[in-house]
Amino acid sequence: MSGANLGPLLERAEALYRDYQLGSVKDWKATTGGKAVGFMPVYVPRELLAAQGVLPVGIMGGGEDLEIIRGDAYYQSYICHIPRSTIELGLNGSMDVLDGMIFPAICDVIRNLSGMWKLRFPDKLSRYLDVPQNFDDGIGGQFYRHELEQLSSDLEALGARKYDAEALREAITVYNENRRLIDGLYELRRDTPWKVPTSELYVVLRAGLVLPVEEFNEMLVAYRDAVQTDSSRKPMDQARVLVTGSFCEQPPLGLIKTLERSGCYIVDDDFVQVHRWIQGEISTEGDPLDSLVHAFLKDSIASPTRYIADEEKGRALLDRVAESKAEGVLFCAPSFCDPALLDQPMIVRAIEKHNVPWTAFKYAENNSQFQVIREQAGTFADSIKLWSGVDA
Amino acid sequence: MTQPTAMKDRSQLRQKQMIAEHYSRLAAAPDTGDKSAYTFVPGNLTELLRSFDLLPVLPEINALQSAMRGKSRDYISTAEKLGHSEDVCTYVKCDVGMMKSGNVGPTGERLPDPDLLLLSYTGCFTFMKWFEILREEYDCPVAMLHVPYQADGQITDNMRKYVVDQLRDKVIPELERVSGKAYDEDRLKEMLARSAQAEDDLVWVLESAKHRPSPIDAYFGGVYYIGPIFTAFRGTKDAVAYYRELREEVQQRIDAGLGPVTPEGDMGEERFRIVVEGPPNWTSFREFWKMFADEGAVSVSSTYTKVGGVYDMGFRHDPDHPLETMADYCLGCYTNLNLPSRVDMLVRYIEEFNADGLLINSIKSCNSFSAGQLMILREVENRTGKPGGFIESDLVDPRYFSAANIKNRLESYFQMIEQKRSGGTQ
Repeated sequence: MSGANLGPLLERAEALYRDYQLGSVKDWKATTGGKAVGFMPVYVPRELLAAQGVLPVGIMGGGEDLEIIRGDAYYQSYICHIPRSTIELGLNGSMDVLDGMIFPAICDVIRNLSGMWKLRFPDKLSRYLDVPQNFDDGIGGQFYRHELEQLSSDLEALGARKYDAEALREAITVYNENRRLIDGLYELRRDTPWKVPTSELYVVLRAGLVLPVEEFNEMLVAYRDAVQTDSSRKPMDQARVLVTGSFCEQPPLGLIKTLERSGCYIVDDDFVQVHRWIQGEISTEGDPLDSLVHAFLKDSIASPTRYIADEEKGRALLDRVAESKAEGVLFCAPSFCDPALLDQPMIVRAIEKHNVPWTAFKYAENNSQFQVIREQAGTFADSIKLWSGVDA
Repeated sequence: MTQPTAMKDRSQLRQKQMIAEHYSRLAAAPDTGDKSAYTFVPGNLTELLRSFDLLPVLPEINALQSAMRGKSRDYISTAEKLGHSEDVCTYVKCDVGMMKSGNVGPTGERLPDPDLLLLSYTGCFTFMKWFEILREEYDCPVAMLHVPYQADGQITDNMRKYVVDQLRDKVIPELERVSGKAYDEDRLKEMLARSAQAEDDLVWVLESAKHRPSPIDAYFGGVYYIGPIFTAFRGTKDAVAYYRELREEVQQRIDAGLGPVTPEGDMGEERFRIVVEGPPNWTSFREFWKMFADEGAVSVSSTYTKVGGVYDMGFRHDPDHPLETMADYCLGCYTNLNLPSRVDMLVRYIEEFNADGLLINSIKSCNSFSAGQLMILREVENRTGKPGGFIESDLVDPRYFSAANIKNRLESYFQMIEQKRSGGTQ
């Protein structure tokens, strides 16, 4: 595929991203007769679902397009936006196509949403996926393995295929390929950010949340090939920034575009983090369920949702700053996001020790006015170009 | 104007003395060599800590004490100037501000730096971040106990085993290292037996609110003098004596046909019997309580008093299975229950305590409680037919306590109950 073919690919990706009615999921179910189960941020082991013939569908809230009619009646003003838009999607029928929902352990709001789902949608599977904060194989590992076995049983009770180790190995293989492709695109963006605008990469990653992984992999390959051969994209004098804090409620696409237009190249981020939660390959040797468990315990990203036991707080972000050659950090967290906002002062302290410039602002997924952020990010980018001095 | 002074019962004087002695001992710790562990109220391991002669320090209690002494506004401001967001838990910010301002406790004496941070991560995600923040400030070990959530309304063997494994392999070895003492299971069992003894009396006191008039206020009184002693003193002989004394006093109130003690003295006629969900506001605690008492409203049951354990649902510490019983205790705390379980509990309270309705005090700071409360309100109303009321405030941030607004809402709510009564819907 050449650069000229990027348009249709991105149009399709954006259409999938904006399709709250989950038309592609309906089509997939009609074609395959399989089950589809939604999941909230940040991470679920999609390999297990895929191995049992279930389509994992990422639900990242309602974004900037959805009008909230009933969702606000479920939440006080001081609670973040993603649960109210998710409830809205449930109540307006957009999620009827899903046979269930998985709510991973990320914060108290999403945790409580799992119970609200049980009360409001009693005929659907509503599964809270508890993940360990103890990372010893024999303690947290055993607990998590049992959680996964229970999840597998729940899927089977829903009508999914029975758990099969070989099928899980195959699913792990395909998702390993998925991680390689996404890592490759992140690397390409690090090296040549003008070729991979984040506003494009983001919609591709969002599209991947509603597609079978094999189809998503094809889209990633096509996108990579197209941007690599597109000679019309030239470097500009932009500041290289790492964006952090947006791992759950996603920023509106307009915000990402605003950051880019304000003079920033986003060279690393934590958007749609499910795709990169496991950092390396998951082993296909031995018991594949143990491999999933081991990968979670030992190879997960250092998210604010995880307890950082022995490592230096902020070290992982400093490593990412160094690896991505970021010249500054944008703390870009949703309003009222406990994990991001409680973490932020600690991370700020860590990066200030290394003279990494930073600035911070908040958003909600349905924001549509970005002038203030544009000015703030633009000033930040200008200051980096004038006085940069990172020594991470 | 001088506020009226409430008569204090014997038990309250005992409680005051126990708390004063505890803080004095903490203040003297740098000289005496006593060691302290900072830990949280929900899922606390008080008996285990005390079996190692470690003194518990509870940051939430320090924060609420700071609020009651009018210190929290400045402490929160200090934390926000250090970069802590206005959106997050004010308990955390109050604690950070207090620490940065010299770590002076409620008695005016400096609290010791912790020898251990015992992170019991039960029912509240913020706890985990809170101790990461404290860890940055103190050069001391951290023992982490992750307590899984009761998402399906039950404690499974897998959950229990996970907690027991952590207690045995992580927490106890750390307590041994910090205290320099070996784990003494017999001593722990003795303490757990004393806990169970006090728990019987605590539940008796809580259930006394089924009487008309209720001899206790299970929300304001519940958090002021019935529940708090339990957290830091569970397993001690003092706690057993305190609850026995309290029980006797409550029995005397029942015999005399008296209502609860309030800040203004004995309450007058009991007009409304309310179940309250959510934490109280601490910055205007007395004013808040008075708004209820003035209307003749008494809380006959509350959920905030159950974050330290759901003894009224049948749980008792079992000295014969020390680690398992501590695991079950941690897993059973109110904020570790899923929403359907919380709704069930509230419905049960309304029915068993013959309450007129449910009032939710929704706290800006506390997502663990607040997220989902509007749905809880509707569910409970639908299932009981009793009216629900909803007010908003904060734990320790005085900027979020609007007295006039809350008073208006409360008055409207009580009027609504009266209208329902006169409409024959009772």
